[in-house]
Amino acid sequence: MAYRTYLMVCAGTGCVANQSMKIKDKLESEIRKRGLQDEVSVVTTGCNGFCAVGPLMVVQPDGIFYQLLKETDIPFLVEEHFVKGRLVKELLYTPPREKAPIPKMSDIPFFADQTLIVLRNRGLINPENIDEYIARGGYQALAKVLTLMTPDQVIQEIKASGLRGRGGGGFPTGIKWETCKNVPSDTHYVICNADEGDPGAFMDRSTIESDPHAVIEGMLIGAYAIGSREGYVYIRNEYPIALERLQVAIKQAREYGLLGQKIFNKDFDFEIRIVRGAGAFVCGESTALMASIEGRPGEPRAKYVHTVERGLWDKPTCLNNVETWANVPQIIEKGAGWFSSIGTGDVTSDAWGGSKGTKVFSLAGKVNNTGLIEVPMGITLRKIIFDIGGGIKDGKKFKAVQTGGPSGGFIPESLLDLPVDYEELTKVGSMMGSGGMVVADENNCMVDMAKYFLAFTQAESCGKCVPCREGTKRMLDILEKITVGKGTEEDLVLLEELSNMVVESSLCALGGSAPNPVLTTLKYFREEYEAHVKDKHCPGHSCRELIQYIIDPELCLGKGHGCHVCAKNCPDGAIVGETKQVHTIDVMKCGKCGICYDVCKFDAIHIE
Amino acid sequence: MDAQAVETILQNHPKDPSSIIQVLLDIQNELYYLPREVLEHVSKSLNVPLSRTYSLATFYKAFSLKPKGKYPIAVCTGTACHVQGAVRILEQIERELSIKEGETTPDKKFSVETVRCLGCCGLAPVVTVGKNLHGKVPMAKVSKILKQY
Ligand SMILES: Cc1cc2nc3c(=O)[nH]c(=O)nc-3n(C[C@H](O)[C@H](O)[C@H](O)COP(=O)(O)O)c2cc1C
Ligand code: FES
Repeated sequence: MAYRTYLMVCAGTGCVANQSMKIKDKLESEIRKRGLQDEVSVVTTGCNGFCAVGPLMVVQPDGIFYQLLKETDIPFLVEEHFVKGRLVKELLYTPPREKAPIPKMSDIPFFADQTLIVLRNRGLINPENIDEYIARGGYQALAKVLTLMTPDQVIQEIKASGLRGRGGGGFPTGIKWETCKNVPSDTHYVICNADEGDPGAFMDRSTIESDPHAVIEGMLIGAYAIGSREGYVYIRNEYPIALERLQVAIKQAREYGLLGQKIFNKDFDFEIRIVRGAGAFVCGESTALMASIEGRPGEPRAKYVHTVERGLWDKPTCLNNVETWANVPQIIEKGAGWFSSIGTGDVTSDAWGGSKGTKVFSLAGKVNNTGLIEVPMGITLRKIIFDIGGGIKDGKKFKAVQTGGPSGGFIPESLLDLPVDYEELTKVGSMMGSGGMVVADENNCMVDMAKYFLAFTQAESCGKCVPCREGTKRMLDILEKITVGKGTEEDLVLLEELSNMVVESSLCALGGSAPNPVLTTLKYFREEYEAHVKDKHCPGHSCRELIQYIIDPELCLGKGHGCHVCAKNCPDGAIVGETKQVHTIDVMKCGKCGICYDVCKFDAIHIE
Repeated sequence: MDAQAVETILQNHPKDPSSIIQVLLDIQNELYYLPREVLEHVSKSLNVPLSRTYSLATFYKAFSLKPKGKYPIAVCTGTACHVQGAVRILEQIERELSIKEGETTPDKKFSVETVRCLGCCGLAPVVTVGKNLHGKVPMAKVSKILKQY
């Protein structure tokens, strides 16, 4: 049955956490109450991307975007929009510092500057229904390769497109496929890396949650090209919704004969198995991942022999990231020429000569518009942060953007016009990474941020090789010393030396890239390190041992009338003063937890 | 011990050493920890040396050898949550419950752990209690949230 209107309610993890399922139920009951159930249909979709303003919904086919919904808004919304035909202004999106709302999703800057390839179906289909994927042209690329193309032609097409791995390293995908295919063996494996270990990123999860069949179709095409009959998806255990959608999708594909034997009645069999990770960052690394699938601890091995030659169970294995696989059907359908027309450089003679297509990033931290974005390669960081991201929260000043997660680095304001491109990002000491992008403002301490990432990699180091196990530990000790105000200038020299040693001598890329956050902050924010070391001062006002909380007596009494809320909340009993009097903090007792700063409604508490 | 539950889980997977991580994951999800007898039993059934099983159970962060509380609390310390003050939220929870990260309250009601990115960074800082997710948690609301349980 065709409906007049579809309400696409976002059911990504962020919106679900914000009670979007209750919004959906309420919409359905209000629509039924008004007898509109044959005209208006409520659909749940994967992550829409604009997580900052969830729970949200889009009214199709008009593309009207409603945001920050509450259950109590729904009766009025349904009455106004669907009975009286009027937009509800209060629930439309209004850009920060502007007055006029923007009703149409496509006109909102957050969406207008994006280019969707991998996420083309996001918010448009129900990911748990294979028919909707097929209705949007799904599995046509598979049909095309199976009926019209030889495996070699498929590989040539992927090579010509310039597609490079989206999991971090940026290895040219077509070359990887070709090398794997050319290794003689009775069995070849293909694997999808959905481990997504970067602790501030959720691109792969959202891709699977909003369009799982795109990944499956990509793997099928890759398997055909390489000559593989068996594939694995290695997925994080922490992603229950993605796991479930993938299971549903695989089951449906099997029922439709798109997985199994004699696919499209051709001499092509393929099966996909799901293996869950068990919470180890290092398992994103190719050899560790394969060890984990085999039921062993995820410790990497030295890659004298590459996994395309001897990988899983010692057979030639082609491992690609979720986003890499999801690009494949679109390249086959629209052609390598179309794909390579997007992005930077030239890949016709040199596969490493450019960055083609789009990249998905999860934009988080101190920007107004946090969420999931897909942008053409070559776009500048400034455009991402200030146009799509809507600038810095609360009118604060931008300090740095971190790309590449724990393996990447911090990029300062002076480099914001850098185009997003594998080589350009590497040149400045960071990397493309899998797509985490976290923005820091003036209140973030760069030494603390470097320490944060290093603490992460140090804890996740598998312990097999000494430089990574011991080196990161010693580096962390030094950073700890600096943040508590006990660092010396020699420590900075030692830190840099140790960093370079760990980079050069670690067994795998975990250790090889772990010092990047430290090296880039030392390079671009050295004055912050020096302030900690020489002046025992934290410019970001965040290192606990180097700050003090102070109450401004005028604001406390003048504006707050000595409201006493801080004293009530203080766990250390460090705030003295009676209601209607000036309050003060006893620095000897103060544990610097910061709760007083949070609860004071009159901004009377300062950090010095 | 829930011998029956463990048996069912074992039957859901191929009887092969390579299944061990998947089996342990299912057991962890069911019992919230891996008791010693269960590790021994699984080792025998899948023909994996106990030393290897133990090494897996301690290598991977998803596994716990100690029982967790009825409501396991997970504080996200992913990057986005970190820049929004996740550490202070964690400390506040530790103070409220008088336990440290990795510990369980004496009444076995709560246990506290940290996780890396729950994938809703837009809601940072994020805390999950049991199956419920709390976003944009202000420090001052921590005790109120805990009182709901
Ligand atoms: C410590 C470490 C963690 C990694 N984590 C991931 C990950 O979470 N997801 C991913 O796709 N690749 C990850 N990689 C990269 C993979 O080893 C591999 O290069 C990639 O999956 C290949 O796919 P691609 O060519 O499509 O990018 C990681 C590498 C290292 C060294
Ligand atoms: S960093 Fe906490 S949800 Fe992503």
